[in-house]
Amino acid sequence: MPGKSATIRLHVNGEEHTLAVPVQRTLLEALRYDLGLTGSKQGCDKGDCGACTVLADGEAILSCITLAADAQDRKITTIEGLASPAGLDPVQRAFADCGALQCGFCQPGMMLSARALLNTCAHPSLAQIKDALSGNLCRCTGYTKIYEAVQVAAGMRGPASRQPVASERAPASDSVAHAVKEIVP
Amino acid sequence: MMTLPPVEVLRPSSVAEAVEALQKHPGSRVLAGGTDIVPNLKYGMYDTQHLVALRGLSKELRYVRLQNDLHLGALCTIDQLAHDETIRRCAPALAEACSQVAGPQLRRMGTLGGNLCLDTRCVYINQSYFWRNALGFCLKKDGTVCHVVAGGQRCVAAASNDTAPVLLALGATIKIVSPRGERELPLRDFYLADGIHNTVLRPDELLTGIRLPKDAFAKRQGFAKLRTRAAIDFPSLNMAVALEIEKGTVKSVSLAVGALAARPALIKGLDDLNGQKADARLAEELARRAHKQCKPLTNIGVDPDWRRDVLPVLVRRMVLRAAATAAAAS
Repeated sequence: MPGKSATIRLHVNGEEHTLAVPVQRTLLEALRYDLGLTGSKQGCDKGDCGACTVLADGEAILSCITLAADAQDRKITTIEGLASPAGLDPVQRAFADCGALQCGFCQPGMMLSARALLNTCAHPSLAQIKDALSGNLCRCTGYTKIYEAVQVAAGMRGPASRQPVASERAPASDSVAHAVKEIVP
Repeated sequence: MMTLPPVEVLRPSSVAEAVEALQKHPGSRVLAGGTDIVPNLKYGMYDTQHLVALRGLSKELRYVRLQNDLHLGALCTIDQLAHDETIRRCAPALAEACSQVAGPQLRRMGTLGGNLCLDTRCVYINQSYFWRNALGFCLKKDGTVCHVVAGGQRCVAAASNDTAPVLLALGATIKIVSPRGERELPLRDFYLADGIHNTVLRPDELLTGIRLPKDAFAKRQGFAKLRTRAAIDFPSLNMAVALEIEKGTVKSVSLAVGALAARPALIKGLDDLNGQKADARLAEELARRAHKQCKPLTNIGVDPDWRRDVLPVLVRRMVLRAAATAAAAS
């Protein structure tokens, strides 16, 4: 049974989109498959893992269990909309500087949850950071650097200096962030 | 990737329209925060053709009002209740329970009404259609056998809502609206011991709010939850206590435990404890009685023997914590 379709209007990353979708289309499916915004990840697809986290009016929600039609009256921000023409969002820069990723799959959700936290609390405690990110699973279990990155993004500390192993010439953290900035349109 | 089955979504803009829609479309289900029903629909747990989405009612049903009693709208989000100053003052155990529901995104989406009406959960039902089919299905949906209780004829999927034990212990009442009008029901009469449909809610009825009587505000309240991780997980056990204490002596006590079977359990026969001193021996006695009456099953993927062993420990600690708190201000 193909089911009914509906015309919906989504406000995503500052742009209006009008879409014809099945009424049961989730916001995540609309973002990924109708708008091509594949930065929001399809992890568990049942609201457990947080990989699909997007911001709705600045609030972190799970797009895999939200109907696209229910997001019509809200301003949606995905990871693609976090950077501005002026450059990376401080959260993105800090995650790059701190190397706060391993496989990277959870990062879009992590960064949006971090952004939502910093929007409401400029200088969060470590406990507040842990709580705000507790709905985002990292299966590489690299939480230490992620928490550090949020503190860096809040301007509460600099990236921890890590001594590179003698044999490897790691680029300075500044140039890593610089390189990331360059590939962002 | 799990897609939702084709459904029609109805969008009423008032309670009256919502219950009319429920009545007009038999088998329809309510969609509020969507944190429970959407994954369940993806699992193929319901044959629903129509969803009645309550987003248009959020202005009407998102109130926290203190008028003698405490009135809460069914569409208050869990996150809202966890942070609300009035609730932290009058019903601190409810705020505590809400702050421990799932994770932050889910608390922002999920609602109080949704939590009270949460479908029961079991390791043999909250699985994909493929998984359930491979096992030959179960009592709750599409099958005839129970994989938890051999030969069992009644579904024992677990009530997994964290707000239910607190509101049960505090003696809350719920407000139900249908096309026939409105009725109030004590929450203790709301749940049934049948996991297939564990509430008395009829198909065309909508839970619109709860009322917490003002005598609950003066009670010492406690909540405790056992779960594998400190976030996201449903409870492996949850419990709440409400103690009425006067001059160090118990005037009344009620204790509720959830995540056992289909109905959150109110521990029975505690009246003889009235008049006793509110001390460590009382906590010990409540723990002993809870241990005797609560028998965790294999419906949750956490060892039932361990859950039974740890249950009295959690009860004892919770009661001691609650007894030590100052009575909530009214």
